[in-house]
Amino acid sequence: MNKLTVSLSPHVHSGDSVSKNMYGVIIALVPAMLCSFWFFGIGAITVTALSVASCVFFEWFIGKYMLRNPQPTVTDGSAILTGILLAFNLPSNIPLWMVVAGSLFAIGVVKMTFGGLGCNLFNPALAGRAFMLISFPVQMTTWPTSGQPFLTLDAATGATPLSVMKAAVKAGDPSLLNDMPSLPDMLLGMTGGCLGEVCAVALIIGLIYMLAKRIITWHIPVSIIVTVLVFSGALHLANGMYADPMSQLLSGGLLLGAIFMATDYVTSPMTKKGQIIYGVCIGVLTIVIRTWGAYPEGMSFAILIMNAFTPLINNYCKPKRFGEEVKK
Amino acid sequence: MKTFRIGGVHPAENKLSADQPIKVAELPRVAVFPLSQHIGAPAKPIVKKGDKVKVGQMIAEAGGFVSANIFSSVSGTVLKLDTCIDASGYDKPAIHITVEGDEWMPEIDRSKDIVRLEARPDLTGRDIVEKIKGAGIVGLGGATFPCHVKLCPPPGSKPECVIINAVECEPYLTADHRLMLEHADEIIVGTLLLMKAAGVSQGYIAIESNKPDAIQLMQLKAMTVYGIEVVPLKVRYPQGGEKQLIDAVIGRQVPAPPALPVSVGAIIQNVGTAFAVYEAVMKNKPLFERVVTVTGKSLGNCQNFLVRLGTPMSQLIDACGGLPEDTGKVIGGGPMMGKALPTTEVPVCKGSSGVLIMRDEESHRKPASTCIRCAKCVSACPMGLEPYLLSACAETQNWEKMEKEMVTSCIECGCCQFTCPANRPLLDLVRLGKSTVMGIIKSRNTK
Ligand code: SF4
Ligand code: SF4
Repeated sequence: MNKLTVSLSPHVHSGDSVSKNMYGVIIALVPAMLCSFWFFGIGAITVTALSVASCVFFEWFIGKYMLRNPQPTVTDGSAILTGILLAFNLPSNIPLWMVVAGSLFAIGVVKMTFGGLGCNLFNPALAGRAFMLISFPVQMTTWPTSGQPFLTLDAATGATPLSVMKAAVKAGDPSLLNDMPSLPDMLLGMTGGCLGEVCAVALIIGLIYMLAKRIITWHIPVSIIVTVLVFSGALHLANGMYADPMSQLLSGGLLLGAIFMATDYVTSPMTKKGQIIYGVCIGVLTIVIRTWGAYPEGMSFAILIMNAFTPLINNYCKPKRFGEEVKK
Repeated sequence: MKTFRIGGVHPAENKLSADQPIKVAELPRVAVFPLSQHIGAPAKPIVKKGDKVKVGQMIAEAGGFVSANIFSSVSGTVLKLDTCIDASGYDKPAIHITVEGDEWMPEIDRSKDIVRLEARPDLTGRDIVEKIKGAGIVGLGGATFPCHVKLCPPPGSKPECVIINAVECEPYLTADHRLMLEHADEIIVGTLLLMKAAGVSQGYIAIESNKPDAIQLMQLKAMTVYGIEVVPLKVRYPQGGEKQLIDAVIGRQVPAPPALPVSVGAIIQNVGTAFAVYEAVMKNKPLFERVVTVTGKSLGNCQNFLVRLGTPMSQLIDACGGLPEDTGKVIGGGPMMGKALPTTEVPVCKGSSGVLIMRDEESHRKPASTCIRCAKCVSACPMGLEPYLLSACAETQNWEKMEKEMVTSCIECGCCQFTCPANRPLLDLVRLGKSTVMGIIKSRNTK
């Protein structure tokens, strides 16, 4: 008889794994990805493919030759995920070398220098986007309008809902908001914007999938969405020049951020209480930046700011300990 | 349906032996009795080599208040006072007895008739506690805490109810389930005895909803007496943990250690213990046999046995078709909290609820990777702790922070490690931290 293994309990495991979770998120992103291909055509496909390929390459290269990780981490799916999310935050007509630069920053600087998956402070895809926004402001903020599948570099570009909103606030003129696309159009994605942000329906399908598979819990996305609705609703009631809450919710990267970016395991708080605080702060910051800040879009900066606060939130928000409430 | 409020997981139930009636196991050739098969001081042997003993004769007496007497389960001759490897994996002092025939102590009532509480109006609470203490009864769910100690709560605390733990939340195990189906009347009387001993008028029998037949039968029996309510609970691990069970049944949470369950008015006893109490008080039969589940996916036929304590586990495995070729691990108890045994020669003790055979491919952990901070361990922890943080502190030996983060509340249920997608050895590290911190606290208090 072979020797018996002696190890400590528990002797069984749920069978969950890091790659199951990562590929779960990737599956949840498929509807939005297909929509982006449909709306932005070849440009979207090239940007996504290139972004994924370069993220995976940098992860493998840095892991193997610079960190010399004994366990390769490329196979866990996290680099693919970062690649897709980064692409989702880019316009489809962006010059391709910029995509590679963004991926290098996301994986090389934001993720691997901190020690790889699990140790990074900021969401790599979002930090990559912020880096690109600061380095290439023009290319990052001209978006082709959707529905032009075969045009790439010279595509017609157009105002996005967010820039319309900003203009209305700047001019103090509510009538400018009449240029906003209709709500059903925004829901389906018939507007300008980055690859993955435009189709709200596809993103919500992804959310439902992740909740059903217990990849994430409702706390972060719901607290962001509710905060945005309440806060922008109050502003809209106070003065008509502020956009109405539904337009706020459906425009820009709000849903993409709330569902896929803010919920990133590594950079979000660990307790339910902390997650709700985090979500509420992201919601408030987003609307503040959108309304009064220098950039039309506030979602990615709001999430990055709160990423920086996550360790602090973890320090102060403890779970409800057993027996805490019954102190007699 | 009721359940506890914080955390928990739902491992695959795998109750393979649920339909197997309890079979009487054969007598061993040599029975071995470790002196420490309960929490507390080891028992002191009162026999010597060459002594003749009978079934039910005391062979070692309690070594203190928190300790328990040990009785021979066989008749025969004391072979030696030596050691044996017990479920902890270490060599521990033990009494070995060569089995000759099967002669019982004359005062034990071996009839199958049920003796109801009304038949013994003379019994006082004190008598019952004395009887339980004398019979060497400990918690049979696996914790093995001496039963009489729980029935004598510290001054100032007032018990209000007795909760019988029949949830059997560990996967695979079915010993308690079968016991309820086959000895429901005895369990009801045992519960009434425990209630009387504790001086309370309310008793609950808590059963998880994956045992509908047991719930139905116990409800039927409970209707014939006063004060016992059967509480069906939603299936959720670790519902059988004392604190979780009290929360689930009466909605009260025991404060952090050193508070005892009785501080919220509850006394918990395992259903097997209730049965043993009945036998001790009504039948004069001390604790020397128990029901053990022998199970595993690779085992020929999984069974529930009524086993004399001291029987080697290998004999039970042989009775189920023998140890399969591809066995990688043998566990004493269930898969979540049981102990992996170094050899199958370990004797059945008071706390042995099951023997679980695992195939080699099920026996090894997957390699751990870095924590991805998914917070699943935090959601799973039934004590509201943060296992990812505690394990990180243990790795850096930051005991002070671990104490502040309440590592001493950990009940070692394993939910965190069970659920971790990165396969991190969370409980190993938390356990290390917990015992270190307990040591620090102890030395601080004695200063
Ligand atoms: S930390 Fe302790 S109590 Fe919490 S899940 Fe892990 S083993 Fe259970
Ligand atoms: S479950 Fe594992 S990976 Fe997730 S936070 Fe806890 S320790 Fe980290």
